[in-house]
Amino acid sequence: MLRQMVEVNLWSGLKAYTGGTQKVEVEAKNVGELLRGLVQAYPDLEPTIEAGVSVAVDGRIIASSLTEPITPESEIYLIQRLKGG
Amino acid sequence: MAPDGNMTNGFKVVGTRPKRPDGIDKVTGRAKFGADATAPGMLHASIVRSPHAHAKILKIDTSKAEALKGVKAVVTRADFAEGLTGENWNILENVMASDTALYDGHAVAAVAATTALGARDAAKLIEVEYELLPHVTDVDKAMADDAPVIRAGAADKSVPEGLHPNVVRYHESGHGDVDKGFSEADLVVEDSFKTEATHQGYIEPHACLAQLGSDGKGEVWCCTQGHFNVQKVCAALVGTDSSQIRVTPSEIGGGFGGKTVVFIEPVALALSRKANRPVKLVMSRSEVFRATGPTASTSIDIKIGMTREGKITAAQGVFRLQGGAFPGAPMEFTAMCAFAPYSLENVHQVGYDVMSNRPKQAAYRAPGSPMAAFAVESVIDELCNKLDLDSIEVRLKNASKEGTKASYGPKFERIGLVETLEAAKAHPHLTSPLAEGQGRGVSCGFWFNHGGETAVSLALSEDGTVAISVGTPDIGGSRASMAQMAAEELGIPYESIRTTVADTATLGYNEISHGSRVTYASGLATIKAARDAVKKLCGRAAAKWGIDEDAVVWEDGCAKPSGPNAGDFEPLPLAKIARSMGRTGGPIVGHYEATPEGAGVSFATHIVDAEVDKETGQTKIVRYTVVQDAGKAIHPTYVEGQFQGGAAQGIGWALNEEYIYGEDGRLQNSGFLDYRIPVASDLPMIDTVIVEVPNPGHPYGVRGVGETSICPPLAAIANAVSNAAGVRLTELPMSPPRILAALDAQANG
Repeated sequence: MLRQMVEVNLWSGLKAYTGGTQKVEVEAKNVGELLRGLVQAYPDLEPTIEAGVSVAVDGRIIASSLTEPITPESEIYLIQRLKGG
Repeated sequence: MAPDGNMTNGFKVVGTRPKRPDGIDKVTGRAKFGADATAPGMLHASIVRSPHAHAKILKIDTSKAEALKGVKAVVTRADFAEGLTGENWNILENVMASDTALYDGHAVAAVAATTALGARDAAKLIEVEYELLPHVTDVDKAMADDAPVIRAGAADKSVPEGLHPNVVRYHESGHGDVDKGFSEADLVVEDSFKTEATHQGYIEPHACLAQLGSDGKGEVWCCTQGHFNVQKVCAALVGTDSSQIRVTPSEIGGGFGGKTVVFIEPVALALSRKANRPVKLVMSRSEVFRATGPTASTSIDIKIGMTREGKITAAQGVFRLQGGAFPGAPMEFTAMCAFAPYSLENVHQVGYDVMSNRPKQAAYRAPGSPMAAFAVESVIDELCNKLDLDSIEVRLKNASKEGTKASYGPKFERIGLVETLEAAKAHPHLTSPLAEGQGRGVSCGFWFNHGGETAVSLALSEDGTVAISVGTPDIGGSRASMAQMAAEELGIPYESIRTTVADTATLGYNEISHGSRVTYASGLATIKAARDAVKKLCGRAAAKWGIDEDAVVWEDGCAKPSGPNAGDFEPLPLAKIARSMGRTGGPIVGHYEATPEGAGVSFATHIVDAEVDKETGQTKIVRYTVVQDAGKAIHPTYVEGQFQGGAAQGIGWALNEEYIYGEDGRLQNSGFLDYRIPVASDLPMIDTVIVEVPNPGHPYGVRGVGETSICPPLAAIANAVSNAAGVRLTELPMSPPRILAALDAQANG
């Protein structure tokens, strides 16, 4: 199985957990693998990710689904978990 | 998900305006709301609340209350689960204080008695000994070095070092180089803004009836936006399994985000377990104000640079949100929504979640976004005025569109902001003359919308009618919308379908009715469940005709051979297949369970005319137009109602509504006499324009509409009032004293 690296854009408040980097690379083929990869590479991100985050994949905001596929070309942003009123 | 063909044409039921199925029950008083639930042997409960903003609880003596005739149970924090962590701990601490009362109105004990009067009398006999602590209720003061600490150690790791312990979460986002952008501007405007906390103002107070046995099995009937969440939270707080608590939602007399939160149900359950009888608990209006979630109050700094031609070169904002005595003020949404309407090369936003001695804030439609729009759109209006530019043209010049890199990071998919601005530009309101003393304001607004866990079941009856079960409480006419979408798919009349909001034992977990998600997510699930049923119907027809299932299509409510090669058979209507379903394979039920992730974001543009009396400071809204992208309006009347409701609530928020705290930290206006929501005579007829730019994430193109409508009003009204008064208003509400103070300050230089 080929490894698939994807680039993840974090919100800048998370730079404190990634050694000052706002753009990181992890190996992932879907949202679940991406989040696990982030925690593995940057353990300090775990509380934030555990508290709930959304992942924007090519502009579509994935609030919950861990199975959402991603490709090496996907534009990926980690954003705060959405909720509403 | 690809949209289904041309989504704006060809609908037979979607887009029409049938009568709402709950209409007769609502207007005749037959509909059952939270306080209407009763049970044999039912007790009535009352909650003892702290009269202090911040106080150590030294002792609670319940002996006199327990000795009162008719009292059957008293509970304190000791009667709830122990060892909770995270948000469950926060909820429990808010539901029933442990060792410290954190705000005026914080629950400290509760009592159940055979009569409501007896319960209230008993509550007065519960003696609580307090040691007063210093308090703070203002967001800026709560961040100051000398502010009392609400709860040490509440901050998460996102908070930079050196900030006060009351700052519990921090957000920073953006892109580009704002300093470079500001240097390229012909004019830079900076200003600071404040907004007070407002309540959702739902007419029905929180109410529930609960029963919990010593075996851990329980029932709850309550008014809520999310009964599956009530089930989950109650199970955790009283220490039983979720599946043992069955929750049935009542009709709901308004929620607007305020009923996404659990306040009283665990208390009623704990009392019931102790008394071994059902317990009813109904909040008074004063309790609703003092102890349920208003919005966060805010303190905001905005700086925007613009060229003479109206191009925004840079924008930055600092957003401080006070969310009461617990973490959770939605400062990240405030920051992320603030500049979302605009395509910006250089943007930077910072958010602070600040604790204070106030009740735990709750969502109020589009949580956090209206306050951001108020500040940002006020500065844009000021820039337009100073550069003598047309406010709609400037917004069009800078508007986000498909492919724009959003201020919060990712690129937008298909969005409809430009279409709302063009529709506003073409609306006669924008060019109608203004009278003396009047001013006009416009504003854009943005909200994300949400999908979330959703399960729907659609069952056929033998007579060909259909029952839909959804798990999302109907807070805006969704039973009608679901029936319309199912009718569209099945090809049967709208009147042949009944939609029921099912209890927690009937369906899989459904997320709360929040995030403008119901018509999108439950609607998508209803369409998919109908298609599942259609597949089964086609299967029955194929079996009857002895042909392949693939050779059967569903058209106009009938199974038909797909073409001449499939055979020559008379179309089989749904009712005919349903009549024999028991003998052809059993009941036909369509299902769909998923977490739809394609909720499209939405934008709105509002136009407001306001008239200001400079002698008295009184403001009257004389004309109001809402233009919003709905993606696809399933029931246009309900969509228009959501638009109008957002505008009406925005008028109250902008002009009159505010939580007023005294020096003692106690809420001074916990009733509708002193907390003034708009009444009909305060409002003009609110005109609406539905823009339909289909959401690619829904089969019919639906976007949520319930929240975006409250994003622009604060700003649009502030711009109208400021233009009418000739002075910029930077603090909400723009009540007569504030307007007079602004005019005085201007006159005095």
